[in-house]
Amino acid sequence: MMKKNYLAVAAIASAVLISSNANAGTTFDAVKKKGFVQCGVTTGLTGFSAPDDKGNWTGIDVDGCRAVAAAVFGDAKAVKFTPLTAKERFTALQSGEIDMLSRNTTWTLTRDSSLGISFAGVNYYDGQGFLVNKDLGVKSATELDGAAVCIQAGTTTELNLADYFRAKGMSYTPVTYDKSEETVKAFEAGRCDVLTSDQSQLYALRLKLKSPEAAGVLPEVISKEPLGPVVRQGDDAWFKVVRWSLIAQVNAEELGVTSANIDDMKKNSTDPNVKRLIGLDGIKGEGLNLDDAWAYNIVKQVGNYGEMFERNVGMDSPLKIARGLNDLWTRGGLQYGTPIR
Amino acid sequence: MSKFVPQPDLPAPITNVGVIGWLRNNLFPSPLDTAMTLAALYFLYLYVPPLFDWAIFSADWFGDSRDACTSGGACWVFVSVRFKQFMVGLYPDAEVWRVSTAAVLFVALMIPMFIKGFKHKAWLGAFILFGFPFIAFILFSGGSFGLELVETNMWGGLFLTLVLSFVGIVAALPLGILLALGRRSSMPIVKSVCVVFIEFWRGVPLITVLFMSSVMLPLFLPEGMNFDKLLRAMIGIVLFQSAYMAEVVRSGLQAIPKGQYEAAKALGLSYWQSMGLIILPQALKLVIPGIVNTFIALFKDTTLVLIIGLFDLLSMIQSASQDAKWLGFEIEGYVFAALIFWVFCFGMSRYSMSLERKLETSHARN
Amino acid sequence: MASEQPSVPAKAKLWNRPGFRALVFQVLLVAVLLYFGLTILGNTLHNLEQRGISTGFGFLNNEAGFGIVMSLIEFNESHTFGRTFLVGLLNTVLVSFLGIILATILGFLIGVARLSRNWIVSRLAAVYIETFRNIPLLLQILFWYFAVLAQLPRPKQSIGIGETVFLNNRGLYMGAPVPEAGFSMTIAAFFIGIIATFFIARWAHKRQDATGKQFHTVWAGIGLIIGLPAVVFLFSGTPLAWDLPVLKGFNFKGGMVIIPELAALLLALSIYTASFIAEIVRSGILSVSHGQTEAAHALGLRNAPTLRLIIIPQAMRVIIPQLTSQYLNLTKNSSLATAVGYPDLVAVFAGTTLNQTGQAVEVIAMTMAVYLTLSLLISFYMNWYNKRKQLVER
Repeated sequence: MMKKNYLAVAAIASAVLISSNANAGTTFDAVKKKGFVQCGVTTGLTGFSAPDDKGNWTGIDVDGCRAVAAAVFGDAKAVKFTPLTAKERFTALQSGEIDMLSRNTTWTLTRDSSLGISFAGVNYYDGQGFLVNKDLGVKSATELDGAAVCIQAGTTTELNLADYFRAKGMSYTPVTYDKSEETVKAFEAGRCDVLTSDQSQLYALRLKLKSPEAAGVLPEVISKEPLGPVVRQGDDAWFKVVRWSLIAQVNAEELGVTSANIDDMKKNSTDPNVKRLIGLDGIKGEGLNLDDAWAYNIVKQVGNYGEMFERNVGMDSPLKIARGLNDLWTRGGLQYGTPIR
Repeated sequence: MSKFVPQPDLPAPITNVGVIGWLRNNLFPSPLDTAMTLAALYFLYLYVPPLFDWAIFSADWFGDSRDACTSGGACWVFVSVRFKQFMVGLYPDAEVWRVSTAAVLFVALMIPMFIKGFKHKAWLGAFILFGFPFIAFILFSGGSFGLELVETNMWGGLFLTLVLSFVGIVAALPLGILLALGRRSSMPIVKSVCVVFIEFWRGVPLITVLFMSSVMLPLFLPEGMNFDKLLRAMIGIVLFQSAYMAEVVRSGLQAIPKGQYEAAKALGLSYWQSMGLIILPQALKLVIPGIVNTFIALFKDTTLVLIIGLFDLLSMIQSASQDAKWLGFEIEGYVFAALIFWVFCFGMSRYSMSLERKLETSHARN
Repeated sequence: MASEQPSVPAKAKLWNRPGFRALVFQVLLVAVLLYFGLTILGNTLHNLEQRGISTGFGFLNNEAGFGIVMSLIEFNESHTFGRTFLVGLLNTVLVSFLGIILATILGFLIGVARLSRNWIVSRLAAVYIETFRNIPLLLQILFWYFAVLAQLPRPKQSIGIGETVFLNNRGLYMGAPVPEAGFSMTIAAFFIGIIATFFIARWAHKRQDATGKQFHTVWAGIGLIIGLPAVVFLFSGTPLAWDLPVLKGFNFKGGMVIIPELAALLLALSIYTASFIAEIVRSGILSVSHGQTEAAHALGLRNAPTLRLIIIPQAMRVIIPQLTSQYLNLTKNSSLATAVGYPDLVAVFAGTTLNQTGQAVEVIAMTMAVYLTLSLLISFYMNWYNKRKQLVER
């Protein structure tokens, strides 16, 4: 009697908790079959991926996942989020626990080549910077000799920091924590003089300080940090869906198509580029095995790249980050939409 | 001849009985003791009134933002605003009744266990250990019986703490019994396998076990198969706990007199019959206090899941205190968590002590 | 389980012979375990290859490239991953060692206080024990770190004690002794003191056995171990300089520092473990029956020698095994350091190094091996100790 119940619980528990996608090569089919995209995000980083009090996720990385869901299912809500620490993120992706990783992850050669994963694009061009209290009177990172620096453990940031100080012949005390929230807390408490991380994160983390105005980001950018969505290696169909979901958003911004005017454009636009994007003309969704309205759905439900940027990290958000490198190439930035034709 | 009439006994001197006598004997028996008493009283005077003042008298209890905290005492508003998250994490508001139902059911099931005359304690106990988790799992997770599926990453707070520790004990118990039997087996291979297993898990810290389950376990599984993060943590906890459980059960097995084993054998019972019918019922009864103590240890240890990013009670409080709107109230949060853990652990340890006393008399052997 | 097997008639069916059954069962067990182990091994190797994760211990020779806040040996970012293992290990040893000393002192004090006939002192000790043992250690660590130590002043407003000790939220800065030429003589004197004390103790013991005369070994020992080096130190011209911490730029430089991560961990570990040690000490002392005290008094021993010669040696027999397992727990619990960023073995090696190299299997295996070795050594020692100290009854 005891044993039987126990076994029954175990059986049900395993049936519910164990998801098994037997063929690693067909994430696309598996996603289609289960009806949602399982997306790995941060445990909470304002502007990129953070849950509100109710557990609803927002952020630019979250919108990346929603765009993929919109492309695949025509429904941007068909996403489930798995919060991951920096330590767990690659294991989660490798093991198939998640379908895509959209967790402000830097694209580097080591990661792309030795972890069995592929970066599908860059949704944010970032670089590592320093946050200091203004009353310290530091104007440049070159004045930081002897400072105590708060960092998140196990990130590229940690290595860049060491390289930078070594190259400049300066000394520093690293104070490391597992979670970025803890680094802010320690910075707030004065455990360290400097907080270092990707600049975008610094703006987000600054909001967690008691008085955000009292801290400023130094001008130096000491590294290149192209952040983007990641998928498992050797899974081309899925890889392309993720890659083109992002490209469609950039193209929409280039063409001036927004979530507000897309219906109007669909009816009235005569621009062949717009027509191809919306799926009225050209190759449509065929090559990606998607619905013809895939890009339409992305822009309609999630918005174009500019909208997504401004809403989450730009001027319409508390972060107020300027477009900078993330502006369109036509305006001096790096975002360049590969042609949809 | 006058008869000797004894005088009635004089009462003891007033300095030896009553309040004064007690004070003399317990607080001021010698100069050294007097000094210690005075020092202790001064210490209490120094810290206790301000503590009560901070925690109760000048604390802020009501409100919905930090602006309500003006009096300089503890800001319990921080706790009351976040109370739901501390209790059940991100569990959807509309579904919280499911957690409450399970909790009420559990309490209702536990009540008869404390009633003296209740006859079917063994059956009820078995049901609580092995039937109830089944019901609770359906309630919590949903996805069947018309209940909406609630992903485990929405589970959190005290609810998750309790789930983890309960599962840890319930699943570790059968495994622990098997290991304990194995360790006392006369078959050399069985014995050494069990010894190695037990000593391995007892020798490593839980945190490395949790690391292992979160980063290494996925590598052990066949490609494409994976476990939920919570389940992975549970597997780690259960393996870890089963080793401790095995040692507790073994101590019970050792306490059973050899005559019991021999008598069972003489009756012609097979190994499993004699274990199942004679030895284990006695041994398990003996080790109930030990099991409760392991449960207390596990209950405290579940806080470690904070490090692998699960949102138990402590972890919920930690992340709430990092909210920009509520910076600077970590003390309130920690005190609240400490109080909850303390109430649970202290209650259980008292329970285990009373059991120990009760079982000792009913099993007097000398 | 009784090991003697009932005699089975020779004609019993093979399957009914206990020996045969045991054999079959064990062979099956080995087969299942082998299958299980090989499957895991196969899966792991396959997964590692599939995912292009490199294997082997070669990574230990690669440059680490990150800094560590505190190290007992020289370390900078150009050292190897192998060295991070050593740094972490030493930091674990340091915090465990200090924690054990503090917890023992505190635990014995509280345990004795708990038995005090002074009501208020014994109540206070009880409150201490019941409070701290029922609150999770991790919570206590976080409390000390984020709620208490974080409120210390910043470096510029340090609390200074004289010109040598400064307390701020970066840690406790103290002057560090720098030995100069000739200091080795003092160290030599110290060791000579220890050796001499050892021989004096042996001689005193023998003499007491033979003649009953007692000798104050303790005082002689203190004199030799502390006094002798002190005299040598003074006569060799006090060859010791002090490296004092000085506020320079952002922070204090020079001297020794106890970083707040270490302090928080140490406080929490020793306070938590002391509550268990106190209970052990109490039960140990209570385990010596009162008759022993009475017998000692009847023999004419005073209170102090009764405690020292009769009670404590017997109590220790109960206390030591439990105490050892608490020490082991403390060492294992020190791995919670990772929650506040103290660079112990788990935080540095199983944390940062694992992340930077991605070689989870090797790193976790090495970390576990360290703790496992430690606990095996301690349990061997315990077995040896128990055998030696077991009550030999006639």
